Amino acid sequence: MTGSESGREVRIPPGIYEMEDERYEIRLSGSGGQGIIMAAIVLAEAAGVYDLKYVCQTQSYGPEARGGTSKAEVIISNTPIDYPKAIRPDLLLTMNQEACDTYFHDLKTGGLLVVDSTLVRQIPPCRVAAIPFTKIAREEINKEMVANMVALGAVGELSPVISLKGLEQALMARVPRGTEDINRRALNAGIEAAKRFDLQDFPMTATVEEEI
Amino acid sequence: MNTPLSEKRRLVQGNEAIAEGALAAGCRFFAGYPITPASEISEVLSSRLPQVGGSFIQMEDEIASMGAIIGASIAGMKAMTATSGPGFSLMQENLGFACITETPCVVVNVMRGGGSTGLPTCPGQGDVMQAKWGTHGDHPIIVLAVSSVADCFEITIQAFNLSEKYRVPVVILSDEVVSHTRETVVFPSPWDMEIVDRTGPSVPPEWYVPYEDNSIGVPDMATLGEGYRYHITGLIHDERGFPTQRPEEIEAFTGRLFRKLAQGLHEIQKIKTFMMNDAEVAVIAYGSVSRAARSAVLEARDRGVRAGMLQLITLFPFPEHLVDNVLKQCSKVVVPEMNMGQIYREVQRVNQGKTRVEKYSRIDGQFITPDEILGKLLPEE
Amino acid sequence: MPQEVTKLIHKYLRRDKKFPHVWCPGCGNGVVLGSLIRAIDRLGLTKDEVVLASGIGCSGRMPVYVDFNTLHTTHGRVLTFATGIKLAKPSMTVITVMGDGDATAIGGNHFIHAARRNLNLTAIIINNQIYGMTGGQFSPTTPYGSKAATAPYGHIEHAFSIAELAVTAGAAFVGRGTVFHVQLLDRLIEAAVMKRGFSVVEVVSNCHIQFGRRNEMGNPVTMMEWMRDHAVTVGRAGEMSPEELDGKFTIGILIDEEKPVYTEEYDRIRERAGGSDPAGDL
Repeated sequence: MTGSESGREVRIPPGIYEMEDERYEIRLSGSGGQGIIMAAIVLAEAAGVYDLKYVCQTQSYGPEARGGTSKAEVIISNTPIDYPKAIRPDLLLTMNQEACDTYFHDLKTGGLLVVDSTLVRQIPPCRVAAIPFTKIAREEINKEMVANMVALGAVGELSPVISLKGLEQALMARVPRGTEDINRRALNAGIEAAKRFDLQDFPMTATVEEEI
Repeated sequence: MNTPLSEKRRLVQGNEAIAEGALAAGCRFFAGYPITPASEISEVLSSRLPQVGGSFIQMEDEIASMGAIIGASIAGMKAMTATSGPGFSLMQENLGFACITETPCVVVNVMRGGGSTGLPTCPGQGDVMQAKWGTHGDHPIIVLAVSSVADCFEITIQAFNLSEKYRVPVVILSDEVVSHTRETVVFPSPWDMEIVDRTGPSVPPEWYVPYEDNSIGVPDMATLGEGYRYHITGLIHDERGFPTQRPEEIEAFTGRLFRKLAQGLHEIQKIKTFMMNDAEVAVIAYGSVSRAARSAVLEARDRGVRAGMLQLITLFPFPEHLVDNVLKQCSKVVVPEMNMGQIYREVQRVNQGKTRVEKYSRIDGQFITPDEILGKLLPEE
Repeated sequence: MPQEVTKLIHKYLRRDKKFPHVWCPGCGNGVVLGSLIRAIDRLGLTKDEVVLASGIGCSGRMPVYVDFNTLHTTHGRVLTFATGIKLAKPSMTVITVMGDGDATAIGGNHFIHAARRNLNLTAIIINNQIYGMTGGQFSPTTPYGSKAATAPYGHIEHAFSIAELAVTAGAAFVGRGTVFHVQLLDRLIEAAVMKRGFSVVEVVSNCHIQFGRRNEMGNPVTMMEWMRDHAVTVGRAGEMSPEELDGKFTIGILIDEEKPVYTEEYDRIRERAGGSDPAGDL
């Protein structure tokens, strides 16, 4: 907060803006009703409220409450965030083919694409982690609806700026009472699936499809 | 308080911060009508106002919403409404009533793209001139712009403070980007905030002259039902509140409405500067676009261009002298806006040929990026 | 008796307002104001607890003459201002006065929603069947076939019946009187102000200047005679055939129901939300 405003002018010390490269951009995309925005809010809360980082969460949406495309972004930084939207995402999650086709070319060079391989069949040639979130949700958790939380766990595991402890705390604070267990299981299933990727030694495309 | 920092930090959406800012400022009445992208303000206040003993009402349209908040303010409550372009158009008639009857109130317009129904889910800044000139006739009004979630909270409080102090409607211009962005904020505690309330009469009812001039040009405002019976009308009125057709009374009345703001410019006109000390080129921006501009200024500095930014918080009364200083200092000024150049024209009016002023308009429903502004700041090849 | 009536009215007039008023000689608005003052006096309301608010038009000028908390708002919108006042200060007696164009043309939407919402407000609607102040243009209550400044060849639209509209929209109390039947009007306004809930009194009035002169009733007496000859009490109307009622209008109380009042409902909302007094802290 710039609570120190006095008189008509506030001078912002230039120093605090000098760590621009600490900015980490995440874009989550899919179709309306898949819980994309909910996942983004939990992610932002984990980083902002529990990990004490600067966060900025935005979304774009059409008139539909269900269906249509849904896009939500989370910017995470150790310094105050100027531009609130993702320019070149460091991590892009796509939960369906259309979102994947639309957004993968925005990805930063060397950025990571995370796809729900249950729904994305044509995977573009870039650094990709393909995980069948919907299938995991359906078969391991017995509830397809929590695919977004499975994906959230994977995103938390694969991005270097999110603490898994904060992510779980944020999730537990957001979900309706009585659904904590199923959401925690979904989150952990996503984390486990993502752990199979070694980010240090990452091939162009990796998939865990056949292992499940 | 020993609350851990993380417990006070909250992830809050811009619209929610506007609602919380209003409550912190003492707002206890809200009337509104659903419209994208402003509806969250209504939703939050429908839940929060009854918790603090206030009233929320959803009216039949925005005309009615504006009327209801004026009524509540006259009856002593701090009151607010919130809407977007089409609803703001409907509010203009009663907004004028508030200007002429000097009724404090706050109107939030979360700007969306385009004219008419336009682009309901996209950002825009096309209502800037409407906020100043939307209601007919000469009238005083204050217009403030917010650029972040923290702003939404703080500037809403300032809007109420200015409205109460100067007995003038204050319009808060937000936009779809600011209102729907979530950021972590720590709301200041009540004792860290300056809250201004309207000044009530200091004389008994029989001596009360409801529109009597004074040194600040802002008459004391009696609350309905407390013994100070007087007449309120949208007709031009004398100092007792009665309609008048006398030229000298009309001139005195209108003159005072403008004088009261002119005398308060030092605290009404708020700006922020960023890297302006040695700037040779500058961006003048407001609202969400100022965030893109700040990134662009940093990038330009990295490339050896001495760039800076003047961020306007108060759009009207237009901060002419502060803008003039920037125009004198810089060889080039860029005004990026999500409209066809509404503040650009104000800057040009002040400029009068002193320096090179360029506009950058984006009207496709998309947010302006830092790169686009950077392109205007870098020297041409 | 007439002197006493005048004395009572003078008790409520604003001494510091320069008279004369803007109304034409013989205008029914003065009769309505007289009835309103007598009702307030009989109810024993203090000047401080009464808000008299109006919209725009000849009726809109009524509040300025009387020593209450008075408000002259925008055209058609007075009920919206009254809604804000009543919610902010539920203890005050809020009375609105409107014309037929004010209440049912430009303010028609506010009128039906105020009736539906059921705040404890009173709406007095003076129906003179014409836009008087702007020069005699037709209004939503101008009868079919009559002449107006904007209907020089005869009016081809059909009129609203204001009182029936209010009943349908859900008003708790609806009465209709005329400026000819003054004693009935006194009682109707008194009952309306006393009513807990949204109350409406439609007052059929005369604009002999703008309506009457164009329609062969160019003086107040002819128009009063028209009211006398066309008004039928609600009780008598029940015994008449549709043919006998053709061209007539009913006067009296059309509806008087008990309904939950908005402010009391909202008090319960505050309780459910765990709320406190309006003066309470965050």
